[in-house]
Amino acid sequence: MGTLALALLPGAALAQEAGQEVPGHSIPGEIGLQPSVTPIMDSIRAFHDGPLLITIVAIVLLVLALLIVVMVRFNAKSNPTPSKTTHNTLIEVVWTVVPILILVIIAIPSFSVLTDQLTVPDGERKYLGSNIFSFGEVEVPAPELTVKAIGQQWYWDYEYVDDGLMLTSYILPTGDDGKPVGKPNQPRLLAVDYELVVPVDTTVRLQVTADPTGVIHAFAVPSFGVKIDAVPGKLNETWFNARKEGIYYGQCSELCGKDHAFMPIAVRVVSKEQYATWIEAFREGDIDAANATLPPLT
Amino acid sequence: MADTHALQAHGGHAHAEAHEPGHITGWRRYVYSTNHKDIGIMYLVFSIIAGVIGALLSGAMRLELMEPGIQYFHGLAAMVYGLDGDSALDAGKHMYNVFTTAHALIMVFFVVMPATMGGFANYFAPLMIGAPDTAFPRINNIAFWLLPFAFALLILSLFFEGPAGASGFGGGWTVYPPLSTSGHPGPAMDFAILSLHIAGISSILGSINLITTIFNMRAPGMTLHKMPLFAWSVLVTAFLLLLSLPVLAGAITMLLTDRNFGTKFFVPEGGGDPILFQHLFWFFGHPEVYIMILPGFGMISHIISTFSRKPIFGYLAMVYAMVAIGGVGFIVWAHHMYTVGMSLDVQRYFVAATMVIAVPTGVKVFSWIATMWGGSITFRTPMLWAIGFIFLFTVGGVTGVVLANAGADRALHDTYYVVAHFHYVLSLGAVFSIFAGWYYWYPKMFGIMYNEKLANAHFWITFVGVNLIFFPQHFLGLAGMPRRYIDYPDAYALWNMVSSIGYYITFVGLLVFLYTLFEAARKKRPAAANPWGEGATTLEWTLSSPPPFHQFSTLPRISSDANH
Repeated sequence: MGTLALALLPGAALAQEAGQEVPGHSIPGEIGLQPSVTPIMDSIRAFHDGPLLITIVAIVLLVLALLIVVMVRFNAKSNPTPSKTTHNTLIEVVWTVVPILILVIIAIPSFSVLTDQLTVPDGERKYLGSNIFSFGEVEVPAPELTVKAIGQQWYWDYEYVDDGLMLTSYILPTGDDGKPVGKPNQPRLLAVDYELVVPVDTTVRLQVTADPTGVIHAFAVPSFGVKIDAVPGKLNETWFNARKEGIYYGQCSELCGKDHAFMPIAVRVVSKEQYATWIEAFREGDIDAANATLPPLT
Repeated sequence: MADTHALQAHGGHAHAEAHEPGHITGWRRYVYSTNHKDIGIMYLVFSIIAGVIGALLSGAMRLELMEPGIQYFHGLAAMVYGLDGDSALDAGKHMYNVFTTAHALIMVFFVVMPATMGGFANYFAPLMIGAPDTAFPRINNIAFWLLPFAFALLILSLFFEGPAGASGFGGGWTVYPPLSTSGHPGPAMDFAILSLHIAGISSILGSINLITTIFNMRAPGMTLHKMPLFAWSVLVTAFLLLLSLPVLAGAITMLLTDRNFGTKFFVPEGGGDPILFQHLFWFFGHPEVYIMILPGFGMISHIISTFSRKPIFGYLAMVYAMVAIGGVGFIVWAHHMYTVGMSLDVQRYFVAATMVIAVPTGVKVFSWIATMWGGSITFRTPMLWAIGFIFLFTVGGVTGVVLANAGADRALHDTYYVVAHFHYVLSLGAVFSIFAGWYYWYPKMFGIMYNEKLANAHFWITFVGVNLIFFPQHFLGLAGMPRRYIDYPDAYALWNMVSSIGYYITFVGLLVFLYTLFEAARKKRPAAANPWGEGATTLEWTLSSPPPFHQFSTLPRISSDANH
């Protein structure tokens, strides 16, 4: 009954265009990083948009300004007699030491941001989130769920390791209307037939590998700040904790053959209650039975 | 091998060639050449031809990427391979990856390296140090002639089977296994490996020649600390080549044996590891990018100094900055591998080491500006390219600092941000420095002047074009668009359209460049020995334009007060 009501209300179903503040994919004309739904992507955005971007814009503008000054003040008309200066110890020291200081200032948050990414939460360690100059303010619980992503040519297999359940996720073909067949409201080239379903506010341990006889792929979800290679014979591990329900997309990020651009990743973050129902239905039945417990996607 | 023409032309008596332009004529002059200037020009001509081919490949790619969807490549594959329907689409997708791969391999190995180390290094390093030729003129000959063969092998590879049912190798210039081994069972990849081996041998031989020449054949009085900066840049680059190329050779031989002789270096089920290849490749690959830029640094120093009429600021710092960049460049390779699953400590090390390189690079950028400061600058064509280089290389360099941080690279690895970064330092860095050198030394090499208005038009059109191509790609990368993609989600359409328009503008610039060659050859305006004035202080400007076939049969003496 609730599902029917949800489906009837226009835009109220879990369509990510309406009602999902963080789109989970790029928007047209975007010039920056995608909005974040995890503490890790919060840190990446804060680090890039803060110390990194400010520093590099300042350096480029400084060099541009110096070049303009030089071209105006010291062109042959303005300055017919060139000087012979080839040394100035003070300035040489300044332009060696100041860049070193700038790099050190960048390196401090850089190392913290990196350490957060590579340390799976244990429930006690605090994470930086957006405040990359802190010692960690965001509490992140230990993983409650382990999912394994296996890169194949050219699709993803997802295994719910704790339950031994597998689902296969293929890209949806594009119809003549330029939209994904079956889910026309989802973005072309990102929509899949079966999404990876995970609960919100839950730390997920993500293990990533590839078909042992296959090639290297890479699992990425920009709004999570996650990117990790899927290497045959190697089991890589990372984690994420998404704080908002919705669908979040990514694309394969290591050249893997002709359909490298056509094996996207779609993670559907649902409420803890919905997930509990979903996984139970999956255990009892199959993936279609499980997805039937969730509002349908268009 | 006696040359009967020369003997007959000179009355049939043999004589020392040192005082006579009795060099051989016709095709033998070039096929058998042992003259560093002729060989240098052959490298430059080869580089231009390969550059046009490489640019056509990227043109096809930008045409395809202009709008979302696949518009051209399935038709192209249908035309080339005679397929239709779904198999044409599949072949087209693979073909796009083949184009991406070939574009990079051609630009790296058959355009930038031959132009800088083959062309300008061979032509001008001996002149600048006062040498009559290189140490091993016959090695010089074979080093050049190996290249067209290597290039032919690469082109051939496009027409052999790669993956089952498709042609050519489409695994990127980085040739990672297993895609380059089990992923491409056909012979195309083996041809590509052979091509790389031969190109590598060519560069190693050239490096041996240049190192020996620079160490042993400097004119009396020219200590290493008086040697011009371009010669220094060539020396450092030659060492980088000598030490890094053998590692590439080892890595691609391991690919060859995995593919053909049953070894399991990169096969997990045989106890191997695909990541081993990545370490070996990038151990070569990172020094390779410094190989591509260092000679450019040397040329820019000469050009900035000449057109500011002022000696380069901080000569010794400039020398040792290049040595530092070259040396540290050997210990940062895994910053290309931050997402493969390396440990935290390893990633932290590579972040720190990579950031270190920004310091000597900054020293060079500031020193070029300081050279101009107080100078008396004329904005001739080479100077336009050089000033453009300083600004645009800085833009590319700072995005490199962003990528050096593994925490940020997590989001940016394998996206168009990386493509933007390396094209800024290569197409807007190395290529700008090559055009700067081309216009600087053109009168010297060919004895004629180009049309300055046309050459400046080439500069401005190219400047606008390449910035339009690559600046928006930063946006695409930040927004999450992966690289090596034939098609993309619709949200990325705007910046892809802008980028493609930039390509068309750049292509017009390329046509203008080719026209300048044609126009100069027709008009034949004679060039002076030194068209650039008192700012041009290195030895090549003391020779005629073009120089005599053999120069410095009497060695010049370098006075003790020469400061570079």
